[in-house]
Amino acid sequence: MSAPPDSELPPNITVASRMATFFRGGGILAPLITILVAFLAGGLVVLATGHNPIETYQAIFKGSGFNWFFPWLSEDDRIIAALNLQQTLILTTPLILTGLAVAFAFRCGLFNIGGQGQYILGSIFAVWVGSSFDGMPALLHVLVAMLAGVLAGAVWAGIAGLLKALAGTNEVISTIMLNWIAIWTGVWIFNLGSPLQNDNPDQVDVPVSNDIVEGAKLPVFWGDPQLQGLHIGIFIALAALVVFWVLLNRTTLGYEVRAVGFNPDAAEASGINVRRNYVMVMAICGAFAGLGGALDLLGWQFRIATNDIQTHTLAFFGIAVALLGRNTAIGTLLGALLFAGLLTGTSVRNLDPTVFEPQLATNLTYMIQGLVVLLISTDVLVVYLLRRRRRK
Amino acid sequence: MADAPALELRGITKRFGTLVANNAVDFELRRGEIHALLGENGAGKSTLMNVLYGLHQPDEGQILLDGQPVTIDSPRRAIGLGIGMVHQHFMLVPVMTVAENLVLGAEPRSGPLLDYKTATRRVRELSSEYGLAVDPDAKVEDIGVGTQQRVEILRALFRGAKVLVLDEPTAVLTAQEAQDLFKVLRTLTAAGTSVVFISHKLNEVLDIADRVTVLRRGEKVDTVSTEGATERSLAGLMVGRDVLLRVEKTEQKLGEPLLELEGVSAVDDRGLPAVNDVTLRVRAGEIVGLAGVDANGQSELIETIMGLRAPTAGTITAAGVDVTHAGPRETLNAGVSHIAEDRHRRGLVLEFDLAENLCLREYKTPAFSSRGFLSPSKMVARARTLLKEFDVRGGDPETRAGSLSGGNQQKVVIARELTADPKVIIAAQPTRGLDVGAIEFVHRRLVEERDAGKGVLLVSLELEEIRSLSDRVLVIYEGRIVAELPPESSEEDFGVYMTGGGRDERAA
Repeated sequence: MSAPPDSELPPNITVASRMATFFRGGGILAPLITILVAFLAGGLVVLATGHNPIETYQAIFKGSGFNWFFPWLSEDDRIIAALNLQQTLILTTPLILTGLAVAFAFRCGLFNIGGQGQYILGSIFAVWVGSSFDGMPALLHVLVAMLAGVLAGAVWAGIAGLLKALAGTNEVISTIMLNWIAIWTGVWIFNLGSPLQNDNPDQVDVPVSNDIVEGAKLPVFWGDPQLQGLHIGIFIALAALVVFWVLLNRTTLGYEVRAVGFNPDAAEASGINVRRNYVMVMAICGAFAGLGGALDLLGWQFRIATNDIQTHTLAFFGIAVALLGRNTAIGTLLGALLFAGLLTGTSVRNLDPTVFEPQLATNLTYMIQGLVVLLISTDVLVVYLLRRRRRK
Repeated sequence: MADAPALELRGITKRFGTLVANNAVDFELRRGEIHALLGENGAGKSTLMNVLYGLHQPDEGQILLDGQPVTIDSPRRAIGLGIGMVHQHFMLVPVMTVAENLVLGAEPRSGPLLDYKTATRRVRELSSEYGLAVDPDAKVEDIGVGTQQRVEILRALFRGAKVLVLDEPTAVLTAQEAQDLFKVLRTLTAAGTSVVFISHKLNEVLDIADRVTVLRRGEKVDTVSTEGATERSLAGLMVGRDVLLRVEKTEQKLGEPLLELEGVSAVDDRGLPAVNDVTLRVRAGEIVGLAGVDANGQSELIETIMGLRAPTAGTITAAGVDVTHAGPRETLNAGVSHIAEDRHRRGLVLEFDLAENLCLREYKTPAFSSRGFLSPSKMVARARTLLKEFDVRGGDPETRAGSLSGGNQQKVVIARELTADPKVIIAAQPTRGLDVGAIEFVHRRLVEERDAGKGVLLVSLELEEIRSLSDRVLVIYEGRIVAELPPESSEEDFGVYMTGGGRDERAA
């Protein structure tokens, strides 16, 4: 009674309401502190390996190409920065989309760990459609290939939603399992003698797909198309952010999603079909992730090799992006930029090896990602303590 | 210092930020006295007691025990000084026995192990000394709520409590259990223990307390003797104006049946029978009360009516529509409104703002959306009207529901459910946790709906509420309707049926 009313929590606390409480409590400060702590911890590790953390972070920043925005940059530096920034923005595109795949689920109280599998399904279908139908009108071909990726991701995630709705299967477990099914399906389908292995006579013994045909490639609008310039996928990802925001905040579907996320019991009592929402939400999440896979394929990868599928972990960064971005549109954008910058800045190609070995630095990025997830997970502890106090 | 009061609080002030929870409150507890602390929700009762128990530090003021000033900086210190507190939610370990729970934190040992024999002996000694019957070897999870409370009291006494604070002790008890508790308290005070009794139930306070201190908005209004006080005078002190305790009802104008249950059965979440062959009828223009002790199938019955739980047998008709197998949406659309028993669980989305909460039933209608797109401005505009009409205080349409007080939250639920223009209203515990002013409001609205020709099914654990509002009363026991009584029947008559007695002479 006397406790500040804001500490009041529903008895049936959900992931979404827990996060809302935490985020409200932390304001904009919490994610900033999270990043700061993660970078400090990373800096200590750099120090332990006998390097200078400040120089290392400076080199990573330079490698990310974000210094392109500095007006005082010399002409030569600007050319290099532009190349770096193009790479960062190429990675930002799928990170936004896999981030949205996690964020949208969170808003409905679901934890979608299946961004990886949904991304892979999207890329498989995009490469299949994009490398077939040569001679189709270019715009149509791109759209059909993208749509194939979107639908594939949606169906894949929809399976997890359906399992939850019909059998109450925990979506964390089912999406992780679907990830593995997607990975090994992908490994098989492009393998030697498998349906989607390339039909190029020179590459009979290479487990790789056919190339995307010219007409299905996304146009490059900044940089040299031969040197992996920036394709227009970034604008599609930005549009997806807008779609995400409008869907969530301005449609009846989004209203239901948020109601279910915060309090499924109240949503049910007021006539919202909670199970149908689970399926819809997962399908939409899968559509975002699948679009991410499609854009990567149509924008710059152009083919899939089996070992790419096994080593690819980009979609997992989506979890950190969404958590850091507090499941909002603008936050997801900023989170995606941060991690894309880190990934690019620590890549072998971009990091100055005299400052810090890129092989080590890539691990630094993974460590920072892990710390972000870990630090944000501590909200469980915060809420737990809060509730204990209230009971007293 | 024999004449010094057992406990004295002088000028206690406690602020939380800008909120003054206690403003220079004085409180005096004589030895062997039962002193009630009365006030609306948020009046500062709990804060004052938390200051006493060392959970909060006062910003100003002084605490004196037996005339000696003391500083209480932790519950441990409070216990050491002989202050015991029994919280509303018991702090017992369910899987341990009564004896184990009792000695927890001060275990008699033999070597490193618990000396269980000594523990049970101490329990027996204490329970015979104060006439508090408990079985030391029973597991806490197996004993009833009333007995658990006794264990809590015993534990406080075991730790040497001379001052016992009871925070709304009867909230979880049946009428009979409450009477038992009062007997225990009288025994305790006869033996020299002093009791602070926190409550917002006027009849109880008059029943058990010697004196009453009334708090209002963090300030002490008065301390009066219960001798000569009436419910009306206390309510006046509490709210600061005249309060209608009895609901005024006009002559009944009965119409056609609006809600009909025919042989309805349902199972609970564990698959055990919870509702057994319930047949009941609510007609237009009447309030039918459903009385019963908690967990006798009321919740499951409501969920079955609302389409939240599938019946295993029987038929349900609402406003002429067969809703036996309808989902929640169809049931609501048939003209049923639902004031949920737990507003935090079913009634509100606490993270939603008030405008969003007020639209929970109607967000899909053309009034608030078109082609799947919401119209926030319309939602806000409607919310503004409703908040005014239902006198919801402490928030505007953009305020998060969770930051309102309980009474105002309930008003939001009621505003939403009544503006849906229902034919049938299922009001489950509509005044739970509300203070006198808010209760009066809720009761008046329900009676207005009845007078407007709606059918109201009132489910409540508060017998007093059922008796004062209902036109007729059904008693539910173990999922069955065991009796229909006129509301004027005595509390004892109700008590017999509510606890499973008198089933042979069961009314039709």
